[in-house]
Amino acid sequence: MTTHTVVALEGVAKSYGAVRALDAVDLAVDEGELLSLLGPSGCGKTTTLNVVAGFVHPDAGRVLIDGTDVTGEPAYRRGLGVVFQSYALFPHMTVAENVAFGLRERSVGRREAAERVAKALALVRLSGAGDQRPHQLSGGMQQRVALARALVIRPRVLLLDEPLAALDKKLREEMRAELLDIQRTVGVTTIFVTHDQHEALALSDRIAVMNQGRLEQLGTPREIYERPASRFVADFIGASTALEGRAVDPQTVEVAGGVRFTVDVGEPLEPGQAVVLLVRPEDVALGVRGGNVVSASVTGLMYLGDHSEVRLELPGGQRLLATVRGTVTLAPGEVVSVSIAPEAFLVDPDIPPEQA
Amino acid sequence: MIARAVVVLLLAFMTLPTVVVVVASFNPTAILAFPPDGVSLRWYVNALTYPQFRRAAVNSAIVTGASVLIALPLGTLAALALVRHRLPLVAFWSAALLSPLVIPGVAAGLGFLILAAALGLLQSRWVLIVAHVVLVLPFVIRSVTVSVANLDPMLERAATSLGASPWRVFRRVTLPLLRPGLFAAGLFAMIVSVNEFAVSLFITTRVTEILPVAMFTYVVNYTDPTMAALSTLFIAATVAAVAIADRFLDLARVFSIGDHR
Repeated sequence: MTTHTVVALEGVAKSYGAVRALDAVDLAVDEGELLSLLGPSGCGKTTTLNVVAGFVHPDAGRVLIDGTDVTGEPAYRRGLGVVFQSYALFPHMTVAENVAFGLRERSVGRREAAERVAKALALVRLSGAGDQRPHQLSGGMQQRVALARALVIRPRVLLLDEPLAALDKKLREEMRAELLDIQRTVGVTTIFVTHDQHEALALSDRIAVMNQGRLEQLGTPREIYERPASRFVADFIGASTALEGRAVDPQTVEVAGGVRFTVDVGEPLEPGQAVVLLVRPEDVALGVRGGNVVSASVTGLMYLGDHSEVRLELPGGQRLLATVRGTVTLAPGEVVSVSIAPEAFLVDPDIPPEQA
Repeated sequence: MIARAVVVLLLAFMTLPTVVVVVASFNPTAILAFPPDGVSLRWYVNALTYPQFRRAAVNSAIVTGASVLIALPLGTLAALALVRHRLPLVAFWSAALLSPLVIPGVAAGLGFLILAAALGLLQSRWVLIVAHVVLVLPFVIRSVTVSVANLDPMLERAATSLGASPWRVFRRVTLPLLRPGLFAAGLFAMIVSVNEFAVSLFITTRVTEILPVAMFTYVVNYTDPTMAALSTLFIAATVAAVAIADRFLDLARVFSIGDHR
């Protein structure tokens, strides 16, 4: 099966004054996929979306849609659907008029427009709301209207700019599932901007992790999570603990305080090589569970409902974070056994390590 | 208690001149006396039938109508430019456009007079209209600026993404959402123009004279309560205009934060 590239960015750069918002970004989005642009605020993800939409003109580089260079095309001729974080529904129009906006601009006949609006509203389960004003609807409903308005024009690409960020947690999770359903039903190529790694992992076919105007890594959620290409990605996607040390043999790393860990990181290590090991809090188990077992003292506890966060300190003074499901009965100062499987470690790909 | 008393006093202080004028307008005798000796409408009849007042009223309607119609689109464009586009020297432009507020009417009037004389346009109503446009423009710009600043630019982006060209975005989104602000601006401009006296005094002739100037001329020559009657009609008209405006849109909202919902 050959995949067709729908949106391509080639060397796209954009600066605002002295700030490089985008630094030569290359990106290809395939037919029908949902690609997330993930990163902290200011990483350039929204600028990337705006460049694709045509709201921002890049200083350098090209934007292609279906192989055609649209860099010089104004936004209103690109035929893309955009959903904004603030929904941006027209307050002076009813829900149905909002959804019909793009159809009127395309001179779609009254009858066909009414049919398509009804269909789009049915798709987002808002069939009865056509005559209401946007401000009479809840945030989640407004969000769905915005989605219907963007989809009704049968856009070549759907662009979603943090569409769930303004919703409260429970609604956000519901909308996340619904959004995925709708995207799969319609099959529209989608670019989704978010700063929420869970959202990106849950929704995406592929994730593009961005940092400081650059693409850090592009891959499937699994690839991004299991094989982060940089310390930044590892950190951003899973809040990892970093342990600095030195390889003593191809499979063993010694960290401060003489604590040794057996690791299984694919490539054998060079003895004597400085190494930063990354380990995710959910891979740090309390008690003797096999693998590497070390003792650590508890320095802090945080109860978070379905899980607890335990802060630990290794004998050499290195800090380690563990998450534990359910309730923990530990007190700060207590010394516990900690187990970490050799496969749980990742070697920090950034060489040399950022900090020593 | 004291605060309430102060408010009452302040209100009395503000409305007393109006009350005196209104009461004096019903005075049956030909002197501007207070309190009046009886009730009569003869000065109203006099005010409404005095030929120079009639001519001035027509002039006022023409000048105010024309200046508002010119100032509204001009001021709207200026407000959009000031808020939306990163103009070079934006502070200079906004100061220049708002400057008529701080220039004394006499100075501006003299300026217009010299200019009109130099151009040989002293007999023309156009000088008056241009002057009024300049004078009401700051009010229009300020009022529309508030509305533009409250307009979410994302709405225009959304319209653009849906296929609307810049002109269509303006027609279908920007303009409808600015409507309350434009209405307020128009009302402001009308009130300012109708009441304008100092500048107009310099650049009107007997033929192009507008109502406030005609009233001044009358009061210089006669001292009967016709003036009071006319002033009362003036006040009533202004109050009616504001009341009508308030019925159609929530003025308090228009003048404070334009949450266009």
